[in-house]
Amino acid sequence: MKPGKFDYYCPKTVDEALAILEEVGFDGKIIAGGQSLVPIMNMRLSTPECLIDINQLKDLQFIEFDGSKMKIGALTRQTEIEMSDAVQKHLGLLSEAVPYIGHVQTRNRGTFGGSLVHADPTAEIPLSLMALGGTLHIASKDEVREVNVEDFFVTYLTTDIMPNELLTEIHIPVQEGRTGYSFHEISRRHGDFALVASACQLSIDSQDRISKVRLVLGGVDAVPLLITEANELMKGEDLSDSLLNKIADIVDEMVDPESDLHATADYRRHLAKKLAVRTVKSAYERARGENNECS
Amino acid sequence: MSVHDIEVIINGKQYQERVESRMLLSDFLRETCGLTGTHVGCEHGVCGACTIHLNGSAVRSCLIFAVQVDGQEITTVEGLTKDGELTLLQRNFIQCHGLQCGFCTPGILMSTTDYLQKNPNPTVQEIKEMLSGHLCRCTGYEGIIKAIQKTIDERSKNYEAERR
Repeated sequence: MKPGKFDYYCPKTVDEALAILEEVGFDGKIIAGGQSLVPIMNMRLSTPECLIDINQLKDLQFIEFDGSKMKIGALTRQTEIEMSDAVQKHLGLLSEAVPYIGHVQTRNRGTFGGSLVHADPTAEIPLSLMALGGTLHIASKDEVREVNVEDFFVTYLTTDIMPNELLTEIHIPVQEGRTGYSFHEISRRHGDFALVASACQLSIDSQDRISKVRLVLGGVDAVPLLITEANELMKGEDLSDSLLNKIADIVDEMVDPESDLHATADYRRHLAKKLAVRTVKSAYERARGENNECS
Repeated sequence: MSVHDIEVIINGKQYQERVESRMLLSDFLRETCGLTGTHVGCEHGVCGACTIHLNGSAVRSCLIFAVQVDGQEITTVEGLTKDGELTLLQRNFIQCHGLQCGFCTPGILMSTTDYLQKNPNPTVQEIKEMLSGHLCRCTGYEGIIKAIQKTIDERSKNYEAERR
């Protein structure tokens, strides 16, 4: 199992990388951590003509908090996110989700941006970013454009990024006040692709009513699926058993999972309903718990 | 642009070699450098046998191309011993039956060595999660976990003794 032949470029600056991308066009493929790309190249499922290695672009490797949002460089390793106190403090959902990715040995190399552009529908980082909200900064030779995460994922392994473009950084808003989050995932073995995963971040007001919420499911559609109808329904409500039942019904309607070697579509549908309820419930409890600590 | 000259430091020794861009680091270590302690199992990042240290972090050498490590530093299982003497972890693998056929062992030693440097006192559950990145079909993992726990205990005892 060996990869096919390719030309290798190792740019030292973002500008140099963008110039190469412009030149090679559709023949080029960017390699960052390579933890998804190299397996598919080894299996010859992908045989790019040129690899553009961005591991020297250290400018794209950072985690910063500017008072209202977190800025994360696309080349930041998943382990760095896992270990970051700032991420733990401001984006707890991400800290909770990252340990589910592969194994410590792959997280040491795998990157934040790489997981986003690879866009596996079961992957933890795309799912978490969809629940957190945020914008992706995408550079080409001529411009830098910003894309909201809701518009970024197109379908399986396909995003809004064009062949001449490079994801440079991701900005994620930090929620103030009474906010809770939760991430749950079921897989056959630790580190395997998720059968179904669920992420939720929500805020509540002083009467414990939900003011803002984003529930997202992974592994049930071609992209991380925002459960919009449930999110609308929850707004202004206390969390009750009848509300949780309605959320489960909406999830049942919305998801369209597939059967494969690992699980049937019916089982995935069952998991989606259970995990959605579990995730909303624990995010809500966390949001309330924060209040208890203050009083 | 598909053949490149690279310089890399492996176990403290400098290597200058010419590589094809598609050569995996695992194959480079074994076939070009003759360092066959790094084992190759699945070649898609699942089995963990090829784990090495790249600039001090445990990573899969089958998921990196040799050309990517130009100018960087690598440690393989051959580089763990000092003056021919096995490390405490290696000795405990022998004592606790942490291996039988030995195919997975180099990768597990590399992962564990890096992991214990960053997490000197992990729980059993944390050890198991770290080991989830490695397939062992002989030991049932019990001996491996015991060897790691023994190493942690002995290190903290040594540390206490040194403090006294």
